[in-house]
Amino acid sequence: MDTLALEATQPKKAQNGAVAAAPGPPTPAKRKPAKKTKKAVVFFEVEILDAKTKDKLCFLDKVGKILPSFSLHGKSLKDEDVLQHLPVGTTATFYFRDLGAQISWVTVFLTEYAGPLLIYLMFYFRVPFIYAPKYDFTTSKHWVVHLACMCHSFHYVKRLLETLFVHRFSHGTMPLRNIFKNCTYYWGFAAWMAYYINHPLYTPPTYGEQQIRLALTVFLFCQIGNFSIHIALRNLRPPGSKTRKIPYPTKNPFTWIFLLVSCPNYTYELGSWLGFTLMTQCLPVAFFTLVGFIQMTVWAKGKHRSYLKEFRDYPTLRSPILPFIL
Amino acid sequence: MSAPAMGTRKTAHTDSSNKKKKGPGTLAIAYLVIYNVVMTAGWLVIAVGLVRAYLARGSYHGLYYSIEKPLKFFQTGALLEILHCAVGIVPSSVVLTGFQVMSRVFLTWAVTHSVREVQSEDSVLLFVVAWTVTEIIRYSFYTFSLLNHLPYLIKWARYTFFVVLYPMGVAGELLTIYAALPYVQKTGLYSITLPNNYNFSFDYHTFLILVMISYIPLFPQLYFHMIRQRKKVLGHVEEYSKVE
Repeated sequence: MDTLALEATQPKKAQNGAVAAAPGPPTPAKRKPAKKTKKAVVFFEVEILDAKTKDKLCFLDKVGKILPSFSLHGKSLKDEDVLQHLPVGTTATFYFRDLGAQISWVTVFLTEYAGPLLIYLMFYFRVPFIYAPKYDFTTSKHWVVHLACMCHSFHYVKRLLETLFVHRFSHGTMPLRNIFKNCTYYWGFAAWMAYYINHPLYTPPTYGEQQIRLALTVFLFCQIGNFSIHIALRNLRPPGSKTRKIPYPTKNPFTWIFLLVSCPNYTYELGSWLGFTLMTQCLPVAFFTLVGFIQMTVWAKGKHRSYLKEFRDYPTLRSPILPFIL
Repeated sequence: MSAPAMGTRKTAHTDSSNKKKKGPGTLAIAYLVIYNVVMTAGWLVIAVGLVRAYLARGSYHGLYYSIEKPLKFFQTGALLEILHCAVGIVPSSVVLTGFQVMSRVFLTWAVTHSVREVQSEDSVLLFVVAWTVTEIIRYSFYTFSLLNHLPYLIKWARYTFFVVLYPMGVAGELLTIYAALPYVQKTGLYSITLPNNYNFSFDYHTFLILVMISYIPLFPQLYFHMIRQRKKVLGHVEEYSKVE
């Protein structure tokens, strides 16, 4: 904590009316030789408490510019916040919360997406111990199974590349336990779906080529749509920043859905998986689509609410995830 | 069903029911009292039925058949408790309550009812007796709590009997599921095989085994939670009596 205590300096006389209100009781023990600066410096008294127990963790009696990643009045501060610019006087109380073990968003995304990619391929190539030994390393006789593998793999490769090159994350990290939860979800479902699609007793869709063609069209359309939205969202935010702006339709027709929906990335994602469900006519895929849809709806509603709270002029025609419906 | 709008008026039941801001209104409390009285009565009917059948037959075997219908009716009726939590007139977690009720309903219908051959097993009697005693105490506990006149005996019973009844019930349940396994495998009950148009399969036999395995992490957690609750609830009273 001592690393936070900066050089204790005498408050300089005000130059432009930037009053340096002298902090409370003098602490001669902490004085260090004053640094001569010409500018007026405002110093702060900072009290740091544990957010839960309100125990005083430390008291900083003379603080200059400091970048706390704590919370103030119940609202979390950002890493970039500067003490001087916060709406406080020269005495501030910060609440410190231990977030527990953390892991970076990028790491989590890469891990949770690499799993399905590899796991599906293991089932596709009928690696031993999954199906009966006579099927080891054989390939399905149905062409839709090859198509499904290509689509599934394409989807997750796209996600991995987007994680590396497209997305601009608001938060650096998330709680460590999320990686176990998320990987169980993605990897588990991938294995479950892949098992049936690549099974020797797999039954192709009832309406054959017609159904598969329609499904593929929907899938590709939504993949392009989803990618377009990711690019549009990325472009809202300068590199390395965490600004938040209202997304609007761009020249790309796939983004025109922004007129009706707050989170079209989720809308397109749902569409992709509906396409994949139709293509494979596989109940586990339908389950996966349903569960994903429920989760994305929760996220979309939350995001929609944040938009409404943050921006007074947020377009009223928009729904969170499904135009006019949800 | 619930009338939270009336909750703003202070009722005599506010301490006993819950500490939530909204809390059940008077109408909700009346409904809950009726619900809990009916359930207490229902499980008493089952208890009496068991005793009478035992006395009539002179043996413990095959008592399930004499209480099959009320058991199914009142155990299934407990599904309403999930609704009570969802609507907010009972301050418990929907997920937790849902889980507990569903596991009972699962045992009643998907195992005991569905696999006729286990109905004559003694393990069925084991869990039926455990459930019956537990539920009579539990529902009378709720009834008296809602009426703000909870006899210490009932509170003590609710937080003490489980120590024996819980393991007894679990043993009965596990033995019953285990007994059902060979019949499920033989008949392929509730199972779907490949190939089929929806490319899905389900093996009920494997599923039952997984259910049995799930008792291993779940039972200790629930059991020790109740032990902790017991210390909290009954512990306080001992302190107060010492102060007196």
